[in-house]
Amino acid sequence: MTLVEGILAGKQRAIARLITLVENRPREAVPVLQDLYPHTGKALVIGITGPPGAGKSTLVARLTRRLRQRGKTVGIIAVDPTSPFTGGAILGDRIRMQELATDPGVFIRSMGTRGSLGGLAKATHNVIRILDAAGKDYIFVETVGVGQSEVDIVKTADSTLVVLVPGLGDDIQTIKAGILEIADIFVVNKADRQGADRLVAELEMMLDLSEKEVAWRPPVYTTVATGNQGIDAVLEGIEEHVRHLYQNGQLEARRRERYRAEIMAIVEEEIKARLLGQWSAGSLEELLEEVAARAKDPYAAAREILKPWTGNGKGGS
Amino acid sequence: MQERPIRVLIAKPGLDGHDRGAKVLARALRDAGMEVIYTGLRQTPEQIVETGIQEDVDVIGLSILSGAHNHLFPRVMELLREKGAEDILVIGGGIIPEDDIPALKEKGIAEIFTPGTTTREVIEYIREHVQQR
Repeated sequence: MTLVEGILAGKQRAIARLITLVENRPREAVPVLQDLYPHTGKALVIGITGPPGAGKSTLVARLTRRLRQRGKTVGIIAVDPTSPFTGGAILGDRIRMQELATDPGVFIRSMGTRGSLGGLAKATHNVIRILDAAGKDYIFVETVGVGQSEVDIVKTADSTLVVLVPGLGDDIQTIKAGILEIADIFVVNKADRQGADRLVAELEMMLDLSEKEVAWRPPVYTTVATGNQGIDAVLEGIEEHVRHLYQNGQLEARRRERYRAEIMAIVEEEIKARLLGQWSAGSLEELLEEVAARAKDPYAAAREILKPWTGNGKGGS
Repeated sequence: MQERPIRVLIAKPGLDGHDRGAKVLARALRDAGMEVIYTGLRQTPEQIVETGIQEDVDVIGLSILSGAHNHLFPRVMELLREKGAEDILVIGGGIIPEDDIPALKEKGIAEIFTPGTTTREVIEYIREHVQQR
């Protein structure tokens, strides 16, 4: 069985191996990804983001269990931060998901961010595609515990849940820019704690203040994920949002935007690889020296690198 | 930084609730530049093997203090073979009597680390024995 056949048959080992390849040696994975592409586009991608300790992993586990009871298959990508100092990582999201470990209808993969800053790992979108080709109906993408501005998930998921908990700050926090703007659905988890009602009220007020006429007002749900409370309502909220996206063509529009970004990223990377491929490490170093010595400015140095492409070394378009 | 980080699953099979050692090691491996998947307490051999496969780890580290190693360690090896994943390096640690070690190694556990082992020794062992793929 080839790797492609293994993935399409949903074989755990084949899926796992290809994910490793896209993480470690992405260029080698390209032909396999190309073969898989016609088999993708069927899965619904749900993003889960929020601050550390909000209960994202537990919520994903509970939602997954419900979906499994309904006969759906699920892929889970759980991202945790890589140390910027050593390159190591502790990937601990699975602790809350181990009840799902032996379910053949669930595939869970932990990823380190490996230098990416937007809350996801660079290979995330390709891992989504692999799980999609493997036939998963739903794919949850859990970001690292975010602060205020790690919003890559919104460029990746069809529907984004922002999970919050009471006690993290005053109402000004809810009107700041950043992750609160990307929510399709809000979940106030640990709702048995003091302050949950106030947080819900503050979120609703923030949504009331929205000036533009919005076709979709993000609903606010309360859950106690560890106690399995409120899970069904969140699942219904997701389904309703997806229905809404289908009905006004938004799902297609969102996905199109994603394809555009992906193609551009590939083009940029390819151009960079080709142009820099003609430079030895030593000659790049020399160029760097000149810039450091103020003999050349960074723009002139960049133009020199672009010379084979622009032809005259003067840049221009 | 290495071209690719070594991935390690640190797992606690069986019923004992003592994971200080496992956490200290997980932290040390992280600082050595490895990606450590930590799954928490009371894992069955089935959960451990399935996790190791999905996470495509290079190494599974089993930590046990309950005395059930003679049953649980061989069971992990058996399941790995069943799933065609016997290329994953399996090491064990915890309170394990010297007399039990030869039989465990015969079952395929590559190395057993007993109390007093330094984290440095474990890191070096992993670096030397992982087959880069």
